[in-house]
Amino acid sequence: MSEPLVWLTIFVLSVFVGIEVISKVSPTLHTPLMSGANAIHGVILVGAILVAGSADSTPILALSLVAVVLAAINMTGGFVVTDRMLQMFAPRKKVTAAD
Amino acid sequence: MSTPTWAQLGYLLAAVAFILALKGLSSPKTARRGNLLGAAGAVLACVIVFFANDLHNIVPILIAVAVGTVIGVLGAYRVQMTQMPQLVALFNGVGGGAAAIVALVELHEITERSAATPLFTLIATAFTVVVGSVSFAGSVITFLKLQELMTTRPVIFPGYPVAYGLAMLAVLGFSVWLVLAPSMLLGIPLAVFGLALGVLLVLPVGGADVPIVISLLNAFTGLTVAASGYVLENTLLLVAGTLVGSAGTLLTRLMAKAMGRSLANTLFGALRGGSTLG
Repeated sequence: MSEPLVWLTIFVLSVFVGIEVISKVSPTLHTPLMSGANAIHGVILVGAILVAGSADSTPILALSLVAVVLAAINMTGGFVVTDRMLQMFAPRKKVTAAD
Repeated sequence: MSTPTWAQLGYLLAAVAFILALKGLSSPKTARRGNLLGAAGAVLACVIVFFANDLHNIVPILIAVAVGTVIGVLGAYRVQMTQMPQLVALFNGVGGGAAAIVALVELHEITERSAATPLFTLIATAFTVVVGSVSFAGSVITFLKLQELMTTRPVIFPGYPVAYGLAMLAVLGFSVWLVLAPSMLLGIPLAVFGLALGVLLVLPVGGADVPIVISLLNAFTGLTVAASGYVLENTLLLVAGTLVGSAGTLLTRLMAKAMGRSLANTLFGALRGGSTLG
């Protein structure tokens, strides 16, 4: 199999996994799921670190470092804010259980 | 950029963590654990990239990671509960911006390389620059709308469809030009028109529909990250980005359905009902 085809295969299978895995999401979790998925694409940080690590001139390095900062904000902020959202769910669930 | 086997296996582990994270986030009982698992996968991936590659500029990179982490964590802790959606929009926007910058820098690398770059790689690079810019600009507008720094009503101006069409044509034209003659200088106007397209995409959306659009832009950023994974030959970025792209697209449709709206109506309803189109 030629290399572009291998990548296409991974891509197509990932599309199906992504759809399948969240197809039963409960409506109350729409916003936290969006936020969690948002944090996951913060993994572009890996790409930003890679290009910054091979930058050969100061302007290119500076530009790549901007990408590193932005990606790190996306990733860490995303996971923390999702956790905070989900914390709000916990006490509310206890109240309904006590009713 | 060849990656050692142990690192590939580590990336696979991180990809599995992301899949289980999305699965966990779909159910109230497992949601918090799912999110933590996703975070663990992301941290693992970032540790691997430092050890698996012969990186230069380690110290400035670590400082940049630290700065981004502090900003992200402070933002996430300081935000009011009611303001969380706009913060997610902002986080999504900076992610899209990061992907667009990565593609621009990679364009610079491509032009320095002596060997010819495969066509698909160039197409994926152009895609990343455009969609990353759309996601960045669109997310900033959704933030301004939700934060009520601008009107939450749909914004339509005379000549809007013409402006939209021209921006779209400019993006397509510059993309083709970039693929035929790759250079970083061409990437910059492409990014600028991508930003314009992002602004035009979100302006006609009314305040109540904004969360649906944030979810759509989130899926866009996912696809951008997937494309940059192809450009950088990194399987984890491809898998993670595609997962978010497809899950985000389905989630956008589910959210629209839950609010009794169709996606087309959300995006272009103001145009259809507006006086500009009669």
